[in-house]
Amino acid sequence: MKMDNDADIRLSGVGKTFGRGENAVRAIGDATLDMKRGDFISLLGPSGCGKTTLLRIIAGLEQPTEGEVLVRGRPVWNGEKRSAEATRPISMMFQEARLFPWFTVAENVALPLRLRGVNRAEREERAFALCETVGLKGFERMRPSALSGGMRQRASLARALITGPQVLLLDEPFGALDAMTRDTLNLELMSVCQQARVTTILVTHSITEAAFLSDRVVVLAPRPARITEVVEMPFERPRSLDLQRRTEFQDMLVHLRASLTGDH
Amino acid sequence: MAGDRFLRIALPTATVVVFLVLWTVYVRTAEVSAFILPTPLEIVAAFVELVGDPDIWHHALVTVIEAVSGFLIAVAIGITLGMAMARIQVLEWAFKPFIVCLQLIPKIALAPLFILWFGFGLESKIVIAAALSFFPVFSNALVAFRSVEPGDRDVFTMLQATPFQRFVMLDLPTALPVVLAGMEVAVVMSMIGAIVGEFIGGNEGLGYLAVAMLQELRVPGLFAVIVLLTLIGLSLYTLIAQLRGWLTPWHTSVMQGNRDA
Repeated sequence: MKMDNDADIRLSGVGKTFGRGENAVRAIGDATLDMKRGDFISLLGPSGCGKTTLLRIIAGLEQPTEGEVLVRGRPVWNGEKRSAEATRPISMMFQEARLFPWFTVAENVALPLRLRGVNRAEREERAFALCETVGLKGFERMRPSALSGGMRQRASLARALITGPQVLLLDEPFGALDAMTRDTLNLELMSVCQQARVTTILVTHSITEAAFLSDRVVVLAPRPARITEVVEMPFERPRSLDLQRRTEFQDMLVHLRASLTGDH
Repeated sequence: MAGDRFLRIALPTATVVVFLVLWTVYVRTAEVSAFILPTPLEIVAAFVELVGDPDIWHHALVTVIEAVSGFLIAVAIGITLGMAMARIQVLEWAFKPFIVCLQLIPKIALAPLFILWFGFGLESKIVIAAALSFFPVFSNALVAFRSVEPGDRDVFTMLQATPFQRFVMLDLPTALPVVLAGMEVAVVMSMIGAIVGEFIGGNEGLGYLAVAMLQELRVPGLFAVIVLLTLIGLSLYTLIAQLRGWLTPWHTSVMQGNRDA
């Protein structure tokens, strides 16, 4: 594989084994991947294929047992230590919104700024502006418990975006939402990522979602966990939901499904 | 519903009224001596007399000081130890079995010993109150500071939070509702500790007064002291429950309570 020197994210031979000896479980093996700035890729695979583990390794939440992850040229792990420098440009969204009930919606959105020592007035201004962008205007002073599931994920998205991240890691953030809310949020996500040229990795088990959002889909197979195929999505941008009805998109879904089940 | 709200007030009131009436009827018809069991009305009269006596407030103050001091000591030590053991596994392995064993000793049986060690003054009662109220605070704090979800920690890790920021904005607010629930139990225990201490030795406090009343066969007066003790215990408990509402208004238990009210 050709190595691009100004890759935004580079995985080389990343592997992770949990446990030792006879009880060792290989969660992911020999993952190699290059992403340029603004790339949108999806990690697609069935449950238990190690896709979330791979994402957590890139985020620096898990330490790989083999290989190396570079984010903008800096290794995420310095030996045993997570590198704060390398992970600073990364934002992450999780399956659950992970909002904190002791903060209001705006305080949750502004939390990353607060932790970076931004003063209250500026935090509030930026949080309110971003709440408006993600469709939470009027809910800023409420508690997260007053929000619906979709609105909580909007707040979680706003929290991920408020620092102006260069890399966005998404662990099935809209997986628990209904199909309509999910489509809406995916469209908004796509436009935000494109505008700001954010390098994005999405973990999903939805073939349609992966094909629709991504520049490339990385297909993972379980036992032993590995990357089986990296498929280019040759659809022009900007994309609308109409794309999903086109024949070449449908053909792509068939191809991805075959790739997932190992049917070639 | 409005009908529900009426029943929520009327039913408990009716229960108390029926209980008091049955009590009165029993004492009158069975001709129980007032030295054994006075009627509720006699107790009310004794209570009015009791609170009219300026001396009573000194005794009440002594008991409250003992209970509250013991409670605060228990809260300080209990939270510190619970938090430390939640964070440092080795500490829990080293000390938790020992603390649980100490807890299994019936501490009230140790009360005379505390009087022997710490004298007949306030100190011995404070120690007994602290010993009784320590465990609920400690065990709740241990569970509370351990119940931070790994997913919530991940959020703070991704946001490059310092350990201090994580403690103030994640660990502490997560733990607070459970710690406060332990403190509600502990404040009641501290009252019991102070009173037991006063039963055993000393010449001040409402526990001492109760024993003195009994020795003079002033049974209505004894009941009046018990009523006063109950009211003080209730006030302390309500204070902590209020504190829970102020400090953790977001918590489900608080919001549930507000909905019920």
